[in-house]
Amino acid sequence: MKLILTEEQQFLKDTAQSFARDKTPVTHFRELRDSDNSQCWDDGVWQEMVELGWSGILVPEKFGGSEFGMAGISVIMQELGKTLTPSPILSTSVLGVSAINMLGSDDQKENYLPKIVAGELTTALAIDEGNHHDPFAIETTAILDGDHWVLNGKKVFVVDGSSADTILIVARTSGKSGESNGISVFVASKKIAGLDVSKISTADSRNYANIEMSDLKLEQNALLGEKDLAGETIEKILDLGRIAISAEMLGNTEEAFEVTINYLKERKQFGVQIGSFQALQHRAAKMFCEIELTKSAVIAAMHAADENSNELERLSSLAKFQAGETLHLVSNEAIQMHGGIGVTDEYDIGFYLKRARVAEQIFGTSEFHQARYADISGF
Amino acid sequence: MEHLEQFRQEVRDWLEENCPPSMRTPLVPEEEVWGGRNAKYVNPESKLWLERMGEKGWTAPNLPKEYGGGGLDRDQTKVLHQELFRIKARPALNSFGIWMLAPCIIEFGSEEQKREHLPKIIKGEIRWCQGYSEPGSGSDLASLSTKAEDMGDHYLVNGQKVWTSYADKADWIFALVRTGPKEPKHNGISFLLIDMATEGVSTKPITLISGKSPFCETFFDNVKAPKENLVGVENSGWTIAKKLLQHERNFISNFGLAGGGTGSGADVVNIAKKYLGEANGQIANPAQRENITLHKMKEHAFGLTLQRSGDEGAKASAASSMFKYYGTEHNKDRYELMIAAMGNKGLGWTNEGFSDDEQAITKAWLRTKANSIEGGTSEVQLNVISRRVLDLPN
Repeated sequence: MKLILTEEQQFLKDTAQSFARDKTPVTHFRELRDSDNSQCWDDGVWQEMVELGWSGILVPEKFGGSEFGMAGISVIMQELGKTLTPSPILSTSVLGVSAINMLGSDDQKENYLPKIVAGELTTALAIDEGNHHDPFAIETTAILDGDHWVLNGKKVFVVDGSSADTILIVARTSGKSGESNGISVFVASKKIAGLDVSKISTADSRNYANIEMSDLKLEQNALLGEKDLAGETIEKILDLGRIAISAEMLGNTEEAFEVTINYLKERKQFGVQIGSFQALQHRAAKMFCEIELTKSAVIAAMHAADENSNELERLSSLAKFQAGETLHLVSNEAIQMHGGIGVTDEYDIGFYLKRARVAEQIFGTSEFHQARYADISGF
Repeated sequence: MEHLEQFRQEVRDWLEENCPPSMRTPLVPEEEVWGGRNAKYVNPESKLWLERMGEKGWTAPNLPKEYGGGGLDRDQTKVLHQELFRIKARPALNSFGIWMLAPCIIEFGSEEQKREHLPKIIKGEIRWCQGYSEPGSGSDLASLSTKAEDMGDHYLVNGQKVWTSYADKADWIFALVRTGPKEPKHNGISFLLIDMATEGVSTKPITLISGKSPFCETFFDNVKAPKENLVGVENSGWTIAKKLLQHERNFISNFGLAGGGTGSGADVVNIAKKYLGEANGQIANPAQRENITLHKMKEHAFGLTLQRSGDEGAKASAASSMFKYYGTEHNKDRYELMIAAMGNKGLGWTNEGFSDDEQAITKAWLRTKANSIEGGTSEVQLNVISRRVLDLPN
């Protein structure tokens, strides 16, 4: 496994970079935040991404996708992360596509994947139920009653939950909370009785929802794949999600760092550029080292996913851990090094801090992944 | 690719025939091979192994064949290393000559110097040491004051070097000397090769906080060095010095990560399980387990970064400061974690009450404190990153 991009992947990254700079600079995010757009992303921008083929990067060719792999979608996420571009790409093109493709029957794939590729359908993965990510702590129940399923339970902090057309609900069909056995995934259209989606308002001004299922009745074919057996696959889907968001966080970090370094070269105090102060230089140099480590962890993880490596779990945890630690550090230092203007709403750097903390929570914090890495490694 | 696989088979066959059996067993310190005029071989097979590898040029696989090197390209070199690793072959030769000096002679040396020095370095016939630091010039290396006066056919060298590793065992020294006392400090330095057997050269070993060390003080008292031993142009030695420091930094950071050099090679997780005990197969103390995990994750990410840098074929200069800084700080951290995990067993000084392995870890812990000082301190590396990579103002 070489830790570099292929020519095609580099080309895709360059395309995404131009897209983000030209069409969705940070002002685009600011406008969305200040508008009354409740889905927190722009339909027109998403349709342009769809036209570029980004919705179908993980979709098999026979369902209209490009099979460009995790490396492909990760470099796009990285570039979008630089300008804080909101889109349903994580929830739909990574999580939704992976869940349907890995768990679903041919009919289900045929039913959903081409629509996702065409930009006609967005999805959200409803998994977490508590204050912290804990993938198998599932108490939402699904019981087969005659010819249909009945679901009851509560989901929280569902990424893109308030805008998604279709919700993928992780529920327990047997066993008890904490076990990986007995987990199943169901597909539900948002507009259905018994499914209550309420948008929550978060610091990063993106779209999340709490979802309540009260005697939600679903047809038998709403079950994705087989009953009870989704646990292991859910972990893999989450690992792909973790890698994708790590790439986005790497992009967040790179941009926040670059903006800060430029500020150190411009801002003068005591008659000199503040970047000449060693107290700031050494902190900047340490951040540089951590960013280099993050780049390596992310690229190793995305290639591991594409090569179906048995190191996927460890590398995905390493990537999310390292991306989380580094973004945490850089987002804090960026504010401090900007001084007073860093804490004003008028200046963009604060957006990176707010996005950072939310992204750190998604699919497990650094502490979560540190513990997971230790367990997998047998420490 | 096909050609590479053919090469792999050739290497495999050659090693099968030529790597002596005892050279495939774990290295013991007294059998380390550094070569040189006065080399002593505890194990005769070490000598044989060096001769065979030296003849092939595989002690310096990527140096040109015409000067005795292996003449291998990047991919072939990698294959050779993989095959050596596969049979757990011991290094045939440890050599500052190969790690630091040879690349600089290739880049800056005259044709005569290449023909004279490179083959002897590669075959391990001449052992080199490095004369950079002086008592008054640590981080501010360019302030060095060992002077070399132009006496027509030779330089007359007077002064003192410090931290000269293995000066007492080396045959030659590559030294930075001041040839232009009136020039601004960076512009008056030259890169000079001096035979340690010359009259007026003397050495004295230095004892460290960790005990005996390879470091020496080296004294030059009216030493005559022929002018043909100047590398590059007079007064422009600083350029060569900087280049050589990059090679040194790369070497130190790689070495630290491998747990070699000043390490005992012990794995922190195994040590922790042994001395803290296990609970359900895990390191029993949760706080130390957490610290060790953090360390291992950083190590993993750093290892991937070294790999990525190789895959990118990145220019050495920017990366080498980062690797030196991160690798040495990481190595210090490893030994702090290790002695913490060992508790009172991590603090032995002699064999009264402590095993050899335990003492080795304690000594290694103390020795690692120098890792972030030698070859440019961590603070100097951070300065280099700030100025050269991030382009922050002076």
